[in-house]
Formats: sequence, structure tokens, C-alpha cells
Amino acid sequence: MPNVKELQVNGAKRATDAHPERSLLSVLRDDLGLTGAKYGCGEGRCGACTVIVDGKAVKSCQSRVETCAEKPIRTVEGLAVGVKLHPVQTAFLDAGSMQCGYCTPGMVMAAVALLEQHPDPTRDDILSEMNGNICRCGTYVRLVAAIEAAAKAMKGGAK
Amino acid sequence: MTPQLDGIAIEPERYELIDAIAASEWTRREFFRIAGAGLVIAILMGKDADAQPPGRGGQGGGGGQQIGAWVHIGKDDVVTAYTGKVEVGQNVRTSLAQAVADELRVPFKSVKMVMADTALVPYDAGTFGSRSTPAMAPQLRKAAAAAREVLLDLAAEKSKADRTTLVAKDGKVSGPKGEPSYTYGELTRGEKLVKVIGGDVPTTKAEKWTVAGTSAPKANGRDIVTGGHKYTSDVTRPEMLFGKILRPAKLKSKLVSVDTKAAEALPGVTVVRDGDLVGVVAPTEYAAAEALKLVKAEWNAPAQVSAGDLFKHLKEKAGRGGGGGGGGRGGGGARGSIDEGLKAAAKTVTATYTVAYIAHVPLEPRAAVAEWTDGKLTVWTGTQRPFGVRDDLARALNVAADKVHVIVPDTGSGYGGKHTIATATEAAILAKKVGKPVKLVWTREEEFTWAYFRPAGVIEVNAGAKADGTLTAWDFHNYNSGGSSLASPYAVPNHRAEFHSTDSPLAQGSYRALAATANSFARESAMDELAHAVGLDPLEFRLKNLPDKQHERLKAVLEAAAKAFGWGKAKPAEGRGFGLAVSTEKNSFVASVAEVEVDRKAKNPVRVVRVVTAFECGAVVNPDHLKNQVEGAVMMGHGGALFEKVDFENGEILNPSLGGYRVPRFRDAPALEVVLLDRKDLPSEGAGETPIITVAPAVANAIFQATGERLRSMPMVPKGWPK
Repeated sequence: MPNVKELQVNGAKRATDAHPERSLLSVLRDDLGLTGAKYGCGEGRCGACTVIVDGKAVKSCQSRVETCAEKPIRTVEGLAVGVKLHPVQTAFLDAGSMQCGYCTPGMVMAAVALLEQHPDPTRDDILSEMNGNICRCGTYVRLVAAIEAAAKAMKGGAK
Repeated sequence: MTPQLDGIAIEPERYELIDAIAASEWTRREFFRIAGAGLVIAILMGKDADAQPPGRGGQGGGGGQQIGAWVHIGKDDVVTAYTGKVEVGQNVRTSLAQAVADELRVPFKSVKMVMADTALVPYDAGTFGSRSTPAMAPQLRKAAAAAREVLLDLAAEKSKADRTTLVAKDGKVSGPKGEPSYTYGELTRGEKLVKVIGGDVPTTKAEKWTVAGTSAPKANGRDIVTGGHKYTSDVTRPEMLFGKILRPAKLKSKLVSVDTKAAEALPGVTVVRDGDLVGVVAPTEYAAAEALKLVKAEWNAPAQVSAGDLFKHLKEKAGRGGGGGGGGRGGGGARGSIDEGLKAAAKTVTATYTVAYIAHVPLEPRAAVAEWTDGKLTVWTGTQRPFGVRDDLARALNVAADKVHVIVPDTGSGYGGKHTIATATEAAILAKKVGKPVKLVWTREEEFTWAYFRPAGVIEVNAGAKADGTLTAWDFHNYNSGGSSLASPYAVPNHRAEFHSTDSPLAQGSYRALAATANSFARESAMDELAHAVGLDPLEFRLKNLPDKQHERLKAVLEAAAKAFGWGKAKPAEGRGFGLAVSTEKNSFVASVAEVEVDRKAKNPVRVVRVVTAFECGAVVNPDHLKNQVEGAVMMGHGGALFEKVDFENGEILNPSLGGYRVPRFRDAPALEVVLLDRKDLPSEGAGETPIITVAPAVANAIFQATGERLRSMPMVPKGWPK
């Protein structure tokens, strides 16, 4: 397998030269300087590394970079438009749904993917879709509230 | 003029350093090199401060008296506070800034905190023990209050106005009708003023707070939600390489032999050997990991105690030599005669409780970036003890402490688990060898295996009460888990509570609230057992044994939680139970009431449906952040109560992954209700720890009500309902 030479990240083509078996997470972080997605467990069980590939939330520590080469990749760095935050980011701040914040970028991306697929999620949709993301500080109740608030805001057209 | 400030005569143009500080490394030049011209108020470490620093060099060392913190006001109106405390999610960056803003009468956003950078801040023992709020906030508050007074002096001198007519407000000193009016920056512009104060500075009472006492938002929240904040593992340096460390399969292993030839043959790979430490350095983390796979090593490990023999081992080794033993016994509050008390009892309870080792699982694993420049070492790392890690590095790398610079970015949590950081030393060794900056991030498996754990323990209780529920005897023995919240807070005439040190098979250390969780679990479970034995309602039984003025705060949280829950109003549904618990630690008070649903046959047999927690820690500094801490503590405590457990066998950790070690997730979250009792008449205490301590006993007591079965081991249902 040849090295991966290019990725489509946040709407732009980014040159790289990555061993195909490396994780998408390591290439985003170490080669492209996009450190928003975090390493938490390396086994796809904490969600700190969540990014959106081809419209779906993926655990980027478990995605080989070669499998993402042709697909649009979105990371937390690409969410805000200029100084204007994405409604999910705003909702997280309003709900105070973080403590140390290490899980937050992954939570934000998982929530964005969830709301793009289920604009009007039930409580159970939220729990199901988010259960793969760990907040060790335990702000789950606030995270659920933030996602519900973001769903309302996005329906109101606050894009 | 020579204004009088706080009893110290000062001259505005010559706020000279006092002798003790002039002798230390904190010279006035140092302050202004760091912060630029302006006004500096430094406060000496007082009785509020944490443990005194070691004698060795570095910032704040050397002098007879050390600075605890300092505040700078520059010509741009920016207020900057310098402290050695670290931000690990407890939101102390926010709450300390609130204290400074409050005293300086500036908006919250005008205060910038510089934290945990050993080149910029005074010595601090570390961020633990819930000390930032009771110890550091008052120091910063005093420094800010003294700064405000100096600004008033400067304005009076500049305007020749009557000082008593001047008011500091909204970042300005103004006279009546707005004349004169100076921004703080206008007053400090071009000045190089330093004032060093002792602890005797009056500060604003909680009833008069305007910034503290409000729910200021998280100081760097925007950086968090945009992914912009740089944690240690996000730090990069020019020419930086990536390291990996070779680990044996078993703890306490000694290296017998190692073959590194195949790894060294890879392009760009360097193998580093330093005693038993074998590491590889490569241009990418992937290349380092691949190279590490090619290193062949033989290790020798001693036979070690396994989880199945743990509690027997802890009892057998108690009070004898070796390990953590040494015959140590500690305790407090011995009074009366246990024998007499038990004789006077109508009912007694004799029970043994156990607590497993658990892991902190900070979502950001240990990480460090090390860089050597001209014999000086700079290390970025997430630790709760920046100066302690600096000294550890100095010893390990054999350099003077003042040649080591530790920078702690706001960190992906700690929970007491990041006091020591072997990662920092390992990265420094690798970086020294390759002559380039090296980043080392521990894998989750390393974090689970090579860090340290919350101590396991055995707790034996022998207690009795009269038929009317009055406690007569309380005999309490904790083996290994620790002495926090050891003594019973209830009124009991015959009381003994002892901690017995012993030999711990696994490395153990601090964990959020230390042993207060284990001791509260045993005590409040036993109290429940006694309540049922004498046939009293658990709430009534507890209140009966909290009769005095000294129990007022404990009683208040218990009553508040019970009331908010509706205790006594409704019976639980079939398969459900209610349980309550109350405790105190570090001068704060907490009570929880839990509702659980039990299905013995289910994989997860206990579902916590609802938890109401009442918490009181003196005057509330930030209601929303405090509520967040309480909610988080309840959520985290839930894991230790029900399923978190480190499994180990003969030196091997058997579940070093999030697949094998379960932590609370979204689906585990109960409905949470928090009642904050704001005691503006009392000093603010820390809140990051104590709210965790009543979760497990409240859940245990609820399980008993639901099933009639008493689960006396934490975690209570690690692998389904206990057989």
C-alpha cells in the first residue's frame, strides 16, 4: 500500500505523506496539526477521538488513514464559522457541560453527527448515540441537556 | 505623603521589597521581567498556605519567607494573578479569578490567571486536598485587596483629592461625580511598584461579593469547545520526535536481557537504554510503536499477591514490618470503653466491609513533552504537583532544580491520580539521549498499569445502640485504605476509630476524597444496619445521634437531602429501594439519597434511578460550577460503588483497558438533583472531593431496602449480582 498523500479535511485538500496503516487520529493530530480530536483509549471505547467522516461519527483512533483518503473529514476545528460557534458548541457552553474538557471535542462532534441524522432526537436516541463517548468528570446530565438545547436551536434555523 | 496600608507604612514611589524577599530569588526585577512594568502585590505564604516548600532552589525558595501568590496590574488595565495551582477540571482557573476580580472591583473577564508554570509562579506544594479554595483563594483575595488600596493611594496622590472620597469600581478609581477618574492602567503606567504583604489584610465578606458568588462561565470554555486548548498531549515543538517505553508483562519486573538490534536497524529510530528503562524514539508515534514491537526483552518478576488473596493479605500484614506496614496505627477520637458500650447496647452490628483497588482513568493519559536547551530542561506535563515534578526531574536527571522548568497546561483531569508523573522523567531521558524534543503519551494500558491506584481496604465495624436508637459503642478499624473521615461524626460515648497500615500489593496513592469514600461506605452502611436492627427509620436513627450544636452542619445537609427527595412520603415501587447517607470531610458536608432498581438476573443488576445530594462547603463561590462538581462526583462515585475494580493476578493487571474496566457512561446517569446550602457566614471550602463520599453508602442502603440483602463490598455488582 502506498502512503496516503492527501486528505479532505474541513472542506480543504490537505497534503500529507502518511503510512496507510496509521490511524486517522494520529495523522490529523501529528501531521496536520489538528489536535482537537484526542487520544483517550486507542480502542474505540471512549470517543475522545470522534470526528465525522462521510457524514458519520467515527472513532478516528480505530480508522486506518487509507480508508479515509477519498472521504470528506470534519473535525472540531472546522465547526465554527469565523467567530460564530456552531449551535452545538454554544449549547455546550450555555449548559456548562464540561469540566476538564478533554472529552469535549469528541462529544461535540458526536453530537453534531447525531443531530444531523436525527434533528429531533428522543432522549433514548441521545443516550444510544452518545453512549460510546466517556466524560470521566461525569457531566452526562449536562451533556444531554446541551444536546437537547442544540436540537431546538438548530430547528430554529440557528445554523 | 506616606499612606498607611494595613498597618505598614509605604511610600508610593518606593514600594521596596522587604528584606526576606530581597534575599530570595523573587527580586523586583524578576516580577517585572515576567509581567512588565506596573504594580505588583505579592503575598507571603501565611498560615493559610500549603506545606512549606523544600529547601532547594527555584522560584520562591531560598528566602526565610516565601511568596504564596502575586497579582500584577499593567498599563493595559489587565489584572494578572500568578499561582502554582493547576486546572484539572475543578474550574479553579475560574473561581480564583472571581476572587481577584471581586477584591479589585473589576469585571471577571479583566482577570487573567497564570498558573502552574514553575518559571512564572511561586512555589506551591500542589493541587490536592481541596486546598485551592480555602488556602489559595484567600491569598489572592488579600493580594488583590491590597492592590486596590495602593491604587486608591496612587489616585489620591495624583489628583491631590481626599483619598476617603475615592472609590475603586469597574476598573477605575473615581472621585465623587466622576472627578477625578483614572483607569487602573493609567495609575500604574510607567511605574515599577512592588509591595509585599503579610496575611493581615481585610477582605470583602461573602455577603458583599459581587463577582464571587455568581455563576461566572468557565474561563477558557471557548477554547475547550473549539478544540483550541492545548493539553500536554497537543503541545508540539520544532523537530519534535515521539517516544515509547518498553513495558514488562508484570509489575516489579527487573530487566534480565534485551535485544534492540532489529529496532535500531529501522530508519530514524533510536533505542535508549537507561538502567531498566528501555525506550525508542522515532519521527512518528506509529514508527515508535512499530520499532518497540521489535525489541526483545527478558524480565524477571517476583511472585506477587493476586486479587483473590488481597483482603486476607491486607489483614495478615497489618501492623507488621515491611511494605507500607511498619507497625503503624493511626486514629483519633478514642473515648470511653468499647466493651462497656457494647454491653449497654440492645442491638449490635458486627460487619466487615471491603473496598477494591480502583483506577482514576483520567481521560487524558499521562503525557509529557521534554526539551533540552543548553543544559536546561523544559517539560510540559499534566500533573497536580508542578514543583514536585520539577524536583523529581532534577533528581532523576541529576540537574539543579533551577535548570528545570515545568509547565502544566490545563489538564485532562487528575482526580488525585496525577501527583507523580513518571512520563515526565521518561520523556526527559529520551530527549536528552536524542538531543531533540520528545513527546511521550502513555497508552491507556500503560495508564491502567504503571500509574497508581486508589487503595483497597478492609474495614471492620463493631457497633451497638440502645433500643431507642441511641448509639452506645462504635469500634472501627480500617486496614490500608486510609484515615480520611475515619472517626464517626455521630455522638457516641464509647468510640474508637483506627487506621492500620499494611502492605499494599499494588502501587497506591491519592484518589478524589481519599479514604473518606471507603470509611463513609462502611460507617453509613453499618449505621443503616443498626437502624434496621433497632427498628428505626434510617433518617430518624441518624438524626437521633446528631443531637448537638456541633452536628448542625451535618444535620442540615441530611435534612435538606431527605426533604428534596421526599423521604418518608412514598414507598418505593416493586424492585426498587431508597437509601440515604451523610458524611463530612475536609470541613464540608454532604448527604445523598438514592433510588435504585434491582434486577438480580440482569447483566447490570443495579440501576441507580435518582440521586439527590445536598452539599455545604461554606460560602458558595460559583453556584453553577459547584453544582457541576457535585453532579460529577456523584457520577464518578457511582462507578466505584457498583462496578469499577482493578483485577490482578501475580503482578499482572488483568483488565487494563476500557473494555475490561467499566466506567460510568451516559446510560448509567441517574436523574441528579443537587441542593446547595450557601453559608455566607462560613469560609469557603474546597468542593472537588467531598461530594463523592456518600454515593456508595446511599446506593448500598437503597439496594438493601429493595432486596433485603446487604452488599458490603465496593464495587457491589462488578460482574452481575454477587453469588
